[in-house]
Order: sequence, then structure tokens, then C-alpha cells
Amino acid sequence: MNTPGTTAHDTVLSAQGLVMRFGGITATNNVTLDLKRGARHALIGPNGAGKTTLINLLTGVLQPTAGRVVLEGQDITTLAPHQRVRRGMVRTFQINQLFDTLTPLETLAMVVAQQQDLGGSWWQALGSSTRVTARCEQLLEQFHLTSVMSQETRVLAYGKRRLLEIAIALACEPRVLLLDEPVAGVPAGEREELLQTVAALPADVSILLIEHDMDLVFSFSRSMTVLVNGTVLTEGSPEKIANDSRVKAVYLGHGDEINDAMEGLAHG
Amino acid sequence: MLTILFDGIAYGMLLFILAVGLAVTMGLMNFINLAHGAFAMVGGYITVLLMQKMGVPFLVCLPLAFAGAALLGGVLERTLYRPLYHKPHLDQVLFSIGLTFMAVATADYFVGSSQQIVQLPEWLKGRTEWGDGAWMLGMGHYRLFIIAVCAALTLALQFTLTKTRFGSRLRASVDDQRVAAGLGINVNTVFLGTFAVGSGLAGLGGALGAEVLGLDPSFPLKFMIYFLIVVAVGGTSSITGPLLAALLLGIADVAGKYYIPKMGGFIVYSLMIVILVWRPQGLFVRKGGQ
Amino acid sequence: MWALALALPLVLPRHTLIINEIAIVALFALALDLILGYTGIVSLGHAAFFGMGAYSAALFAKLVMPDPLLGLLVGIAAAGALGAVCSATILRGTDLTRLMVTLGVGLILMELANKLDWLTGGADGLQGVVMGPLLGKFEFDLSGQTAAWYSMTVLLLVFVAARRLVHSPFGATLKAIRDNRLRAMAIGIPVNSRLAVVYTIAAAAAGAAGALLAQTTGFASLDVFEFHRSADVMLILVIGGVGWLYGGVAGAVVFKLMQDFLSSITPQYWTFWIGLFLVVLVLVGRERLIRPWTWWSNVSKGGSA
Repeated sequence: MNTPGTTAHDTVLSAQGLVMRFGGITATNNVTLDLKRGARHALIGPNGAGKTTLINLLTGVLQPTAGRVVLEGQDITTLAPHQRVRRGMVRTFQINQLFDTLTPLETLAMVVAQQQDLGGSWWQALGSSTRVTARCEQLLEQFHLTSVMSQETRVLAYGKRRLLEIAIALACEPRVLLLDEPVAGVPAGEREELLQTVAALPADVSILLIEHDMDLVFSFSRSMTVLVNGTVLTEGSPEKIANDSRVKAVYLGHGDEINDAMEGLAHG
Repeated sequence: MLTILFDGIAYGMLLFILAVGLAVTMGLMNFINLAHGAFAMVGGYITVLLMQKMGVPFLVCLPLAFAGAALLGGVLERTLYRPLYHKPHLDQVLFSIGLTFMAVATADYFVGSSQQIVQLPEWLKGRTEWGDGAWMLGMGHYRLFIIAVCAALTLALQFTLTKTRFGSRLRASVDDQRVAAGLGINVNTVFLGTFAVGSGLAGLGGALGAEVLGLDPSFPLKFMIYFLIVVAVGGTSSITGPLLAALLLGIADVAGKYYIPKMGGFIVYSLMIVILVWRPQGLFVRKGGQ
Repeated sequence: MWALALALPLVLPRHTLIINEIAIVALFALALDLILGYTGIVSLGHAAFFGMGAYSAALFAKLVMPDPLLGLLVGIAAAGALGAVCSATILRGTDLTRLMVTLGVGLILMELANKLDWLTGGADGLQGVVMGPLLGKFEFDLSGQTAAWYSMTVLLLVFVAARRLVHSPFGATLKAIRDNRLRAMAIGIPVNSRLAVVYTIAAAAAGAAGALLAQTTGFASLDVFEFHRSADVMLILVIGGVGWLYGGVAGAVVFKLMQDFLSSITPQYWTFWIGLFLVVLVLVGRERLIRPWTWWSNVSKGGSA
């Protein structure tokens, strides 16, 4: 919780000089990124740029070779993933990571119970707390999962599984939400709806979004970072990024402009 | 003390030959095969029976033990093991335990439960001693023979892995099955061949080891844990890993039992637990490997 | 249905011995189900805790006092403590590593019990464990009725507790850990501490089973630590069905009856048939065992989840 009396940090999550090396490969090269409170910040870049690696570093799945991760002013670089979640930083996965033998209802009930600190309680039945069930119903409706709530996750259609993936993250009551390609594979009709649900989160939840669909990115985000080969190419508002020739070069592959872009990177 | 070291090395090399097949098939098929010891037992019994019933000389029995176990391994791989590669590890454990039980009971039924005696040829009996006092190195000729054979096999294995086409196919399949298949490598044949050779080596090890380790129907169960230790500690991504692990295990066991007879068995198990907790992927893992 | 089970020792007075055995083994299998079925840890060394409970209870009865309930508590506590210590070893590593470590622990304990023969009676076992009357009133007599009731009651109590556990939020987090450990971490579940807790509980329950064995049979021997025990209990659980608690009980009944039957036919080689059964079971597919209508189906179930 925010301690009163300290200056409310405008930057809620900060990656400072993060470096990740695997053997001979530098996947993340001195990346610095600041997420402001209430941000709607997109992280874009070509495939293999290291976006998911960055998320893994932020959430603690990977330990950086160098650099720090700071959440709400506190250095969390050495914290385990579940501890970071307890502090309000939640992520979704590019490839669904679900609990195949549990139903959506059980899954969400478990997450909500865990969130309400009932996770260690072993005597009460899972569904016995009304606070838990009420929140579950809310989430199930919000994500259109009510119709399939009692089916085992492994038999659900892909679209529903993706919705569950996001629902789980929201059930954790995040203050910082890292979304890794949330609408990948979701049918066109539901994409807007999904992103609107996310955009409708309280203004003080800060969101970092990885996404490839540029229309969605530009309509959703208020600021962006472009990542290429593990290095930050540029960042700024959507208009600035859209007009940056280096960014266009990286995506469209124009020879000279790529050289310029690369030179720009080398010289900082 | 040097004698202890020598004996430990002999024991370790033997364990390596016994366990290397298990390491490779585990790395290749990701299959926990607790029945590996049964193939060793088969090799041992082939040798003993051929020598006792048909008077076949010891040296001839060795390749026959290899061949017999390899044949059995090949047949079983094709028929029983292959459908189980994608099953969860629990199923594989249950299956291989079941096979082991069957093998143990069958051996008991046909051959009886007493220890088998192997009559070594004359030129393998005896001992050579160098030096004296605490630094004496006493080398039993049989153990010397074991070390020589196992070393030769190790070199042959290393050569096969690095210099032959089968070796490179094998390494490709271990790295990534789907890619290997996509490259036109017949993964099924690689599996079959590897499993057969691994079982054959186990059989050879069983034959060689019958005199040193003893041979009776409970052999697979008694020694299974040692093979598994070699694989778990040595890792499955190379053959030098299991080799070093086997030597470490052999020396630790022999030394432990000699110097602290009361605590003999502990040393090995405790050492294993400590190593596995410290380095869960095994002691000798390729950087960046699984 | 439980009332029926509890009435069995009365109804079948000549079979109290096997009823007692079944109850004990069912409890052991139930303990294993907690970590195998609900948390996904393949353990081949659970007999370590079984044996710990057996020897602790036996020693307590011999050296301190023969009250059965206190002895049971001692067995549970000792096994639970051992489980807590060992839980550190199963947190990391692959399936194989965990298998090895659990196996290693079981073997170490067997060696210990063997070597500390001044305490444990070594290879001869701990004899002459005489129990005082249960609750001060019920003697453990030769008819075995008290013993059978005692074991069944303990089984029932533990079963009820286990049921509440698996249906609680805690139990749900266990299943989450089993299904997807990565995601469990990513939603804030302290995976390592959950694993340690459930492992300790499963160890304590196994210890209870071991204590019951020592108390109702009057002695404790090295074979409580043997690999066979761990393998048998896993088989029992698999027969009955992993992950639904009743599996331990169902499997225990089937296994013990089968064992009795086969032993009388081929006293020496019944392990062969068990082995064959296992092989066939896996080849056919574990789930099909409790769904007999699938036995004649041509659709191969292939790989299960």
C-alpha cells in the first residue's frame, strides 16, 4: 500500500539499465523504461526484439545479468515472482498459461481467495466465502465466461481460454498490469471489447502492453517504447513514433533507413 | 589408499558402462526407465549360463552378453516402450517397475535365487603390486581388465558420438526431436538403435560385473539406484557427465565402505541428495542446456 | 457407507486381520495421494515416513508408555518432522531429481535403522511391542476387533480432514501448482511454502499409518522402509485412481485381496503377476481401469494429460 507522507512517485515501475545475457547472446541490452502511474504504455518492436524477455525480467522469472527493477520506489530486483505479485505487479502470458484440470470458476475462485488472503485456509470449502463468490461472478460476467464456467479449462475453445488468461490477471487486483499480446488469437469481434474492458480499469492502474496490431496499439496507448534487438530505439507519444523514420525502417525494412536507425542506436 | 582409489575407479568405470545407456535414453526419449538394471541382469545370466552349461570361454561370452541384451532391448523398445514415450513420468515409472518385477521373478523362477559364481579364466586372476606400505597400489588383474575394457568402450562411444553420422543424428535428436525429424532424420531408428546399444552395454556391464558385484535375481533392484544416481548427478546431455559422476560414485562408495564401514551406504546417498539439491540439473550440465 | 465399513469387523470376525491391513494401507495410500494426486510430486520414498512413524510409535510404547493414542501422536509428530526437513529437497529439480532424492531418503533411513541396531533391533526388528488398552477400556486382544476398529477410525478421521483440505482454497492452490507451476507463481502463490506444508502433512499421515501398523501387529521391522513398500503403495493408488481420495481406499481393497489370492496360489512369484499387471495397466491407459466400459472400445486413449 502507498505509505502516506512519502511523495507519491509518479513513476510506478522502473527498469533501470537492465541487461540479460544468455551465453553469447545479449537478449536485453541496457534497457531503461519508466512506467508512470495510470499509464497506458505500449511496448512494440519486431519479433525477437526481446519484449517478452523484458517482461520476464520485470516479473522475476529471469534474474538480470545487470540492472535493477524498481516498483513503487522499492528495489525488487531480488524478489521472487510471487512476492512481486503480492505487491501488485501482475502479468499475462503470450501463450496461455492456464490450469487445465480446473474449471474457470474454480480457477478464478482460487485466485480471488488467494488475493483475499484466504489462500492458506484449508478448512473452509472454496466456495463458502460470499466475498469470493461475488467477485468471481463479476469477473465471469465481465469476460463472458459464465456460460462455460463449470467446464474443465482444457476443453475450452481458444478464445475463451484467452479471456480466462486475462481474467486471472485481473482477479489478482493488479496495480501494475503487464499484458503480453493479450488479443492474440481472439476473434476480431471480441478484440475491441476485450481491450475496452482493460482500458476501463481504474485510472490508477498502470498498464504496459505488448501488442503487434498497430491499430489497437495506437488507439489504446498514450505513450510507447520501441524495442529492437534488445535495445530501446526510441520512446514517446504515438504521433511521434508513427512519424519516426527509423521506426518505419525497422518495420518495413528500407535499406538506408535501417542503417541510419542502427547507427543511431550505436551512437546513443 | 591407492588401492582403494584403483578399486574405486574400476567400480566407477563399470557403473559408467552399466549406466551410460540409461543416460542417453533418458536424454533422448525423456523416458524414466527403471528397468535398465534388468538388461544388465540378462547379460550377466547369459554369461553365467553359457559358461556353466556350455563351457563357452569367458571372453566369448562378453560380446554374446552384449548382443543378447541388445536384441532384447531392441525388441522391447519397438513393442512396449515406443507407445509410452509421451505418457507422463508417473506412467513410465510404473511401467518400468512392473517390467523389473517381472524380470526379477522370471530370473528367480528359472535360475533360482542363489548368487551365481563366475569362473574367471586363469590369466585374469591374481594381482600385481607396486610400491609398499600406505602407498601400495594393489591391482587385481580382473579389475585392470575391467578398466581397460570400459575405457576402450568409452573412447569408442565418444568417437561414435562425435565422428560418425549416427552420432550426429543422435545428438540432433537429443537436442530437438521435431527439428531432427524435419531434417529427415529417422528418429524412430535412432531411438531403436540407441536403446538397443544402451541395453547391450548394460548387458555387457552385467557380465563384466558379475564377479565383482554379484549376480542374483534382485540385481536390478539393488543396483537401480546407483544407475539412477549416475544419470541424475551426471546429467543427460553428454557422456562425460555420467562418466565423471560414475567415477565419483565408485570412489566414494569404495572409500566410504572401507574407511567408515558403519556408515558405508550413507555416504553415497547423502552425497547424492546434497548434490541434487544444490544442482538439480545434475553436476555437469551444458551451459544453456535443459 | 462409512457406518457399514465400521461395522465390518463385527460382521466378519475372522477377517479382522485383513481389514486392519487394508485400513492401514489405505491410509498410507491416502497420504501419498495428497502429494502425488493433488500436487503432482512423484515420490518413490514415501515409505521413509511410514517407517518413521512405525519405529517411533514402537519405541514409544516400549520405552515410555504403552498408551496407543499417545503413541499414534508420537508417530505422527516424528514423521511430520522428518517430512518438514525433507521437504527442502523436493522443491527444486526435475521429476527424475525428485524421484532420486525421495528414493535416497528412504534408503538412508533403512540404513540408519539397520545400523542403529541397539535402538531398533536391526535386521531382526523391534519385537514385543505390547499395547495398553485403547482409551483405557478396549484391550487389543487376539480377535483383532479392537485393532481393526482403531485403524478404521483413524483412517476415517484423516480422510475427513483430507477432504476438507482438498476442497479448500489451499487445496485449489495445490492443484494449481500441479497443473502449472509457472502460472501459480505468477498469481502470487508461494509455491515453495505450499509444497513444504503439503509434504509435511502427507508425511505425517503416512507416519500415522506406520504407527498403526506397529501398534496393531506388535512389532516393527526393516521392511517398512523397503522400496517395495513405496512401490506397492504407488501401485495401490494408481489402481484405485489418483487424485480423488477414494482411490487410496479402493486400491487398498483391491490390492490386498489380490495379494492374498495370488499369494496363496504362487507364494513366491506373485510379484511377477503384479509386474505384469502394472505393464498392462500402463499400456492400456490408467484412466480406463475405473471405467470398465472403455475396455472394449477401439478408440485408443493415447497419452493422458
